[in-house]
Amino acid sequence: MTPENRKAYWKANLRLALGCLVVWFVCSYLFGILLVEQLNAIRLGGFKLGFWFAQQGSIYTFVALIFFYAWRMNHIDQKYDVHEDD
Amino acid sequence: MSLKVLTYLVVGASFALYIAIAIWSRARSTGDFYIAGKGVSPVANGMATAADWMSAASFISMAGLIAFLGYDGSVYLMGWTGGYVLLALFLAPYLRKFGKFTVPEFIAERYYSRTARIVAVICLIFISFTYVAGQMRGVGIVFSRFLEVEVTIGLVIGMGIVFVYAVLGGMKGITYTQVAQYCVLIFAYTVPAIFIAIQISGNAIPQLAFGSSVDGISLLDKLDDIVMSLGFTQYTSGAKSTIDIFCITLALMVGTAGLPHVIVRFFTVPKVRDARVSAGYALLFIAVLYTTAPAVGAMARYNLINTMQPGDIGAENGNLVYEERPDWMRTWEATGLINHEDKNGDGRVQYYNDANPAFAQTAQSYGWEGNELSVDRDIIVLSNPEIAGLPDWVIALVAAGGIAAALSTAAGLLLVISAAVSHDLIKGIFVPDISEKNELLAGRIAAAFAIMVAGYLGFDPPGWVAQVVAFAFGLAAASLFPVILLGIFYKRANKQGAIAGMVTGLFFTYAYIEYFKGLFLKWAGAPWGEDVAANWLFGISPEGIGVIGMLLNFTVALLVSHLTSPPPERIQHMIENIRVPRAIDH
Repeated sequence: MTPENRKAYWKANLRLALGCLVVWFVCSYLFGILLVEQLNAIRLGGFKLGFWFAQQGSIYTFVALIFFYAWRMNHIDQKYDVHEDD
Repeated sequence: MSLKVLTYLVVGASFALYIAIAIWSRARSTGDFYIAGKGVSPVANGMATAADWMSAASFISMAGLIAFLGYDGSVYLMGWTGGYVLLALFLAPYLRKFGKFTVPEFIAERYYSRTARIVAVICLIFISFTYVAGQMRGVGIVFSRFLEVEVTIGLVIGMGIVFVYAVLGGMKGITYTQVAQYCVLIFAYTVPAIFIAIQISGNAIPQLAFGSSVDGISLLDKLDDIVMSLGFTQYTSGAKSTIDIFCITLALMVGTAGLPHVIVRFFTVPKVRDARVSAGYALLFIAVLYTTAPAVGAMARYNLINTMQPGDIGAENGNLVYEERPDWMRTWEATGLINHEDKNGDGRVQYYNDANPAFAQTAQSYGWEGNELSVDRDIIVLSNPEIAGLPDWVIALVAAGGIAAALSTAAGLLLVISAAVSHDLIKGIFVPDISEKNELLAGRIAAAFAIMVAGYLGFDPPGWVAQVVAFAFGLAAASLFPVILLGIFYKRANKQGAIAGMVTGLFFTYAYIEYFKGLFLKWAGAPWGEDVAANWLFGISPEGIGVIGMLLNFTVALLVSHLTSPPPERIQHMIENIRVPRAIDH
């Protein structure tokens, strides 16, 4: 584990985390709050879309996001050889 | 068998289970007591975290809150789930790699400072005690409603149960008890929800049912229609301003990620990668309740209005004749949670929004003289099984579920308080050479003492329990979260910056809430400002002000760090080390 390797690992980690953070922001703050009125013009079955994101969609996205991050990070850990011993 | 006897049996059986688990998993070392010996599987930790997280308020009050707030209730749904994303991405894995016992311990080592540790302990104790007082109150209330005992007796029984398994079992005991409590509470929550969903829409999945059609029109559209024809705010759009919704949601999310009793749960798993995925399981288990709650809220609001308006909704004589009210309403009138006052003496129940000037003229022309029905939001969940006509064992289960939700949260909070006292104050500052055996004893005594204080606060709430949400979350967001985050992601952050940041965030947020809500300084005339949007800073309510406190904390911490000397070399190494899962050899 060289210092350069660690630096590259940290960079890859930050890129992934920030990407996930963008999705986190979009599904809740953007769709559920800032653009809620506009999205409410679109229907998802019996739901107005903005309302659905605020009370359902954002939560589902959060759950999926954490599992996705955990799964990708395990790959990155292996790739840069910084994973824990089993 | 009468409902009361059945409830005693079900609640009694759940208590016996919790105590049996506590005896089986009692703590033998400080490692067991503080962090369950780092031996908890990610799935079990996820369940325990979910039970720890979902309090009496989540279980009993949240669906009712949403039922009456409509879209505005979304702040709680997003705010109390989205914080787990921040935890999983930015805090949990690194704090797990750090591998010690408490949150103040991390702050002390990262910022090489006993002062920082003491400030962190003060924040932690403040946050956790405010929170736990509400839980003990919740235990007392559930007891009194379902078992018909005095609130005080309910409180003492609750304290006794928590005492046995928190003092005996420590983190290890409460973790496995919480796993059992999660199962009890989620079952008790979802069963009535499913039955109500089937009754209203024919769809058994509550998350889909509240978007399905009733009489050819979507349930939510119909709900919008009927609430507005009684002068209420449209259900699917809100009354709060966008900036306030934004800030409250953010303060709750960041507050979640900064709450010590949540963070410390991720110290208990064996590996760094377990900490990441465990946050996913925690949120998955939480989401089962948090996606059901808005469905319960919408369906219950719909049910309530239809019950009160058997005729045309919004018409003069569409409302319920009081003598024809349903049985569940008679039952719950006895508790005072639902109450009818016949203001115009016509023998009918007028339920409408009498604070809406646009509707006042209509009401006047009907001869209505004000809203006659007061409904406590807690009734939405508590009366669900009866409204749905479910068997008595389901009602008994809801009682056990409410108690499980309150006890599991109380135990988690009491444990971080006792760890802060025995590990951070006694071992970390006053008696550094204390033996492990004595530290464990000190931890148990501190836990016992914390239970007494919490019980007292629950018995005699100092008036600010109702403000717990604004306070505990705003404070966690403004004090602990920024310094932990900077500690991991910004090497240049130093001791002076962290202390100045925490103190600024804590003081600002506390002062703002005190100014508008009145907490400890009621004797000096607080609150000083009227709590209305026109007076708020940037239109942000005290519930959301933690966001500004957090920004101030970050700004001050960065500024002060740059004006003072950088952290020593060994701290840089420590940060390098927590950033990678595998140990680095130097």
